[in-house]
Amino acid sequence: MKRQGVVTVQRQGVFYLIEISGLCKQYKEVRAVDNLNLTVKAGEIFGLLGPNGAGKTTVIRILTTLARPTGGKVLINGRKISRGNAVIKREIGVVSQRENLDIKLTARENMELHGRLFKLPPGERRARTKELLDFVNLSERAATAVEHFSGGMKRRLMIARALMHEPRLLFLDEPTVGLDPQVRRKIWDLIRSLNNRGITVLLTTHYIEEAELLCHRVGIMNRGRLIALGTPTELKQKVGKVVVEIPNNRVTGYNDETKYLVFENRGEALRYASGLQDNLVIRESNLEDVFVELTGHKVGD
Amino acid sequence: MLMELIYDTYTVFWREMILLRKKFRSFFAGSMVSPLLYLLSFGWGLGRNIQIDGTSYLNFVVPGIVALSAMNGSYSAAGTSLSVSRLYHKTLEEFLTAPISVLSLVLGNVSSGCFRGLFSSSLIILFSYFFGANLHLSGWFFVSLLLTCFLFAALGLVAAMVVNSHEGMSRFSTFVILPMTFLCGTFFKVENYPAAVATLVKILPLTHCSISLRAIAMRAEFPLVSLLILAAYAAVLFALGMWVTARVE
Ligand SMILES: Nc1ncnc2c1ncn2[C@@H]1O[C@H](COP(=O)(O)OP(=O)(O)O)[C@@H](O)[C@H]1O
Ligand SMILES: [Mg+2]
Repeated sequence: MKRQGVVTVQRQGVFYLIEISGLCKQYKEVRAVDNLNLTVKAGEIFGLLGPNGAGKTTVIRILTTLARPTGGKVLINGRKISRGNAVIKREIGVVSQRENLDIKLTARENMELHGRLFKLPPGERRARTKELLDFVNLSERAATAVEHFSGGMKRRLMIARALMHEPRLLFLDEPTVGLDPQVRRKIWDLIRSLNNRGITVLLTTHYIEEAELLCHRVGIMNRGRLIALGTPTELKQKVGKVVVEIPNNRVTGYNDETKYLVFENRGEALRYASGLQDNLVIRESNLEDVFVELTGHKVGD
Repeated sequence: MLMELIYDTYTVFWREMILLRKKFRSFFAGSMVSPLLYLLSFGWGLGRNIQIDGTSYLNFVVPGIVALSAMNGSYSAAGTSLSVSRLYHKTLEEFLTAPISVLSLVLGNVSSGCFRGLFSSSLIILFSYFFGANLHLSGWFFVSLLLTCFLFAALGLVAAMVVNSHEGMSRFSTFVILPMTFLCGTFFKVENYPAAVATLVKILPLTHCSISLRAIAMRAEFPLVSLLILAAYAAVLFALGMWVTARVE
């Protein structure tokens, strides 16, 4: 079944694929999402960065109709989302944080199930399965039950499966969590190449690097709230460009915590550093510094 | 619309059948154990020389055992498969994010639960012939059996959508399924109870499954009321299943 009659919302020359306003999700004790306002443009890789428990997964679950918001509004492609809205669901692909493959089924059967759920005709189903398993380097394991796959293989299969119906919007919840560094880079390359093909990506991560190197724009979340939004460069410029890091301050002797100082340029940083006896590191600022500046603690804490 | 409903329902059913095919041997063996034990102990052990209502106890008890295994078979097929996929493997997410209607999702799961319940109860009917039972199997027998399987598959679905853990699931079957096993006229007539108890037991659906199947198999009076009660249970539980599935998180 081909998609039909899809109109993209255009405001001031920008295509907004996702528009979130005043979004809230209250669980019994916790407010997982607290008055979130956010728009995602067509064609970008947007990253939600934040520590565990920030509410990132909850946002993705609401956007994919797996959870129901307790307040606010979400439009995808100008339409209100709901579990029954098949038109929107055909537009989106989801890769959850937790593996949700049918582990007793083979890789090919998982793909076939997805193809059937999205009503691809049998010929197209087979062709897309073959093409996508090639794309994620799993062709040789097509007939293996997923329970025998490694974490990285499962993650790649989940991405392939989400692409089966050619979504124009892809949700990736912590796409590289728990994977080793080489596999992580492969998945980044995969995400970039999908984006080059025109797919809009909304991903979540608690890895600073991933947000910085992969995303065009980043929203930083903490305790359900969006606390900063912009391109990685813009965000870093807000705190300053150069950081002097003084690990384990030996002068005072008592302080075990690393001290961070942020400067506008290298000259200022060097001038400050030259007056110190301590071990120190001078580096460019990163999104971690932005997070520390805004919340007083690190993303990993 | 209708074509879409059929197609999507079949997709859900198709996946259950692939899973069933992969573990067919253990499913097959597993669904024979308790019915065989019931047939052996109640048909041969207890009932060898007992007459009831002018027929052998075996002929009396087999329809009850068929109802019982239809209940267990379809309840646990739908319930276990769904609760595991919702709580443990999370594969339910794949269905909830797909462009299929809640109706197809519920119907697909209920019909595959139904299918497995029908399969295990058909086995009992077959075995009971080897044990020497003599049942009248008409179209209405099949209708009662189908209603039984349908309503308990829907009950399994509802349970799987509302519990929050595997313990919750087994608690549900301890408090709902297990009592029916013993109370609902599988092994003896509900009329044997004191009147008050009999009235209470007649609220439970399995009672009417046993009554219908037994009346038809023994060529007694047509169990119209019981069949209507079964149909009502099936409709209400199916609607409830739709409601919880539309809201499940
Ligand atoms: N189903 C749920 N029931 C109760 N609380 C939940 C549920 N899901 C998430 N939470 C809570 O909501 C908050 C945000 O969680 P989550 O969205 O998973 O964060 P993240 O993905 O950023 O790690 C956490 O405090 C978490 O404990
Ligand atoms: Mg998460």
